[in-house]
Amino acid sequence: MNESMPPRLIVTASPHLKPADSTPRIMWNVVWSLVPVIVAAAWFFGVSALLVIAAATLGAIAAERVFGRGGSLADGSAAITGLLLGLTLPAGMPLWMVFLGGAFGIGFGKAVWGGLGQNVFNPALVGRAFLQASFPVAITTWPTVGGSFFSLKGDLFVAPFMHPVVNAVTSATPLGLLKFEGKGSALASLVIGNRGGSIGETAALVILAGGVYLASRNYLNWRIPASILLTVAAFSAIVHAIDPSKPDAMFMLFSGGLMLGAVYMATDMVTSPVTNGGRWVFGVGVGILVVVIRIWGGLPEGVMYAILFMNALVPFINRATQPRVFGTTPRATT
Amino acid sequence: MAISLGFRHGVHPPEEKELTNQLPIRRMPYPDELVLPLRQHAGKPAKLCVKVGDHVERGDTVGEADGFMSVPIHASAAGTVVDIDWWPHPDGSMAEAVRIKVDRYAPHIPRPRLVPQWEGLSTDEVVRAVQNAGVVGLGGAAFPTHVKLAPPKDAHVHTLIINGAECEPYLTSDHRTMVEYAPRVLFGIRVMMRALGVTKSVVGIERNKPDAIAAMIAAVPADLDVEILPLTVKYPQGAEKMLIKAVTGVEVPSGQLPVTVGVVVQNVGSVAAIAEVFETGLPLVERIVTVSGHGLRRPANLIVPVGTKLRDLLAFCDGVTADAAEVIVGGPMMGQAVANLDAPVLKGTTGVVVLQKDEMRQEQTWACIHCGRCLDACPVFLNPSMLGDLARVRRYDEMAEAHLADCMLCGSCAYVCPSNIPLAQLFQASKAALRRQLATVQ
Repeated sequence: MNESMPPRLIVTASPHLKPADSTPRIMWNVVWSLVPVIVAAAWFFGVSALLVIAAATLGAIAAERVFGRGGSLADGSAAITGLLLGLTLPAGMPLWMVFLGGAFGIGFGKAVWGGLGQNVFNPALVGRAFLQASFPVAITTWPTVGGSFFSLKGDLFVAPFMHPVVNAVTSATPLGLLKFEGKGSALASLVIGNRGGSIGETAALVILAGGVYLASRNYLNWRIPASILLTVAAFSAIVHAIDPSKPDAMFMLFSGGLMLGAVYMATDMVTSPVTNGGRWVFGVGVGILVVVIRIWGGLPEGVMYAILFMNALVPFINRATQPRVFGTTPRATT
Repeated sequence: MAISLGFRHGVHPPEEKELTNQLPIRRMPYPDELVLPLRQHAGKPAKLCVKVGDHVERGDTVGEADGFMSVPIHASAAGTVVDIDWWPHPDGSMAEAVRIKVDRYAPHIPRPRLVPQWEGLSTDEVVRAVQNAGVVGLGGAAFPTHVKLAPPKDAHVHTLIINGAECEPYLTSDHRTMVEYAPRVLFGIRVMMRALGVTKSVVGIERNKPDAIAAMIAAVPADLDVEILPLTVKYPQGAEKMLIKAVTGVEVPSGQLPVTVGVVVQNVGSVAAIAEVFETGLPLVERIVTVSGHGLRRPANLIVPVGTKLRDLLAFCDGVTADAAEVIVGGPMMGQAVANLDAPVLKGTTGVVVLQKDEMRQEQTWACIHCGRCLDACPVFLNPSMLGDLARVRRYDEMAEAHLADCMLCGSCAYVCPSNIPLAQLFQASKAALRRQLATVQ
């Protein structure tokens, strides 16, 4: 054996070059892009917001640790689920409920399907749907923004299954105000975020900035938020034109969880279509459902159910939007 | 200058061509021993026609063409046949091969032969001369070149496309051929255009080879309608169907050959080899090989006798560095990693690339997160994500329905996959499984 020859050759299948990107890098980038959103949440709701986000994330991570395959925590996807769930909850929600929601989201939203990549529904929204069904009062008790940073909102530390004592100052969300009291809100407060609502949904511009960052690095597909937001704007503008008592497009875009849902929830790669055509279909579907639920449904907010419903349709959307294979006529691909 | 219409999708791996693209082609000395497998080309392997102990001169036939879909193999140096036995093939298998002990004192001058006067030959005679010279596609596939010169009678070929894209990272052999041997390439084009009866030829070259584009433009004779077309730098620009799309804007129908759209594609190296046949009469006994990679001490573009062992080739380039980990025959996107350096350079060996451990594909994979990047990369618009899911559960029939046959194993999907799923490997295995299934049914 010549000394200049390698002592041991490795044989791999082609292509032999290392891919330029990795799944954990995508996931952790999503986590980092949420940091400004979390900071904004802490600005508006104080330490309570951080506690709720931490509880949701701990719940998700604990479930991933128990149910996930070895080392699956390192891919960062459980952390995303927990952070996103926390951001969809009110700042005063009892922490044991939040923890349970995070664990449920991972356990029943992801692990039972077979782990990362296999689930049909967005795990964070599965967790939130579970909390909505189990604790309808706690999840709709919206504390007011402001107050000192360390003042606790609501009854965070109530022991599990004890009746929470609602002692905080609460306020309705803009969507709730509109639906149940017929009151509008100032656009500026919607865009900036100093209004009632979930922890992370109020600062629309910060969320949008995170989305632009991720899209610029190809860590989320811009077609989904673009189609959702365009659809909501166009559809609600039409409705507003026909019936001016209905909210206008700007209000619809910047109220509720639409921005967080469009940028961070609907774009979950696992639970959204793989084809670019399918992404448009998916986004338009979410947008229509959001407007329908908000305006004609019984709930003030519809982003969660709109996304979960469209999640269920993803396999069909994928099948219907397969690209035309090179060298085939459109008819032949069916 | 004309504008390439391009093709959609594709990927941009690091080019790494600056290691060798300014190095002039040099000739490698004859090694002590040559190994000539009888299976070096697509189609039927050559038929052995020497026996142990025979003396051969450079250019003598050691294996004859076995039918039309086959080409002969010639001795690439003078010497003595010392063994005819199974020998490691670069594709990982064993193949019947003729081993020749090279005569160190021979002048390696081929036997006197008639150089065919190409202008007086009929198409059939040109085809036969090219076949007898053992010319195959030098771009890697090693498809017998003369078969492409004899299209079916009902086909109307109107354009000869010359593939100078060379889109694989590291490889520069076609690049240097065009820079240094542009007149020879154009002579080859002239012969082929006449044989095919076409009046138009287009040479597609990626824009990252401006010196090759300039040299080729300067060498185009006034009486020949040859267009030099700069192409987008994108992998797999050199894939036959992508190149045709980029040059003509036409998609070759799925499952069909380029002649159905009136086009014949030849690699730059093959054209130069044809020129050599009609210039000197020398059959294909050597080729230009890029030996490169960050794991190699002295990268080079070399004229290498066919049959040179990889071990000798690497040793001539001062060997490999301490952290070299993988030796690839061909480019890093579609090439074959070898386990045994006794395997020889074949007619279809475009390059030998030595990779370091840290630039290689790693072992760890993650689950498919359906990010869809593979769909945006696939040049033939398949859904590799879905095909990969199907391959794992061995649903090969559904894969066939999803156009697995159109996959050319270019590896673009696997290269962009953030979960590092070996999609190209899964598809190659699935194609093989489907072939086996078909064989059992019949």
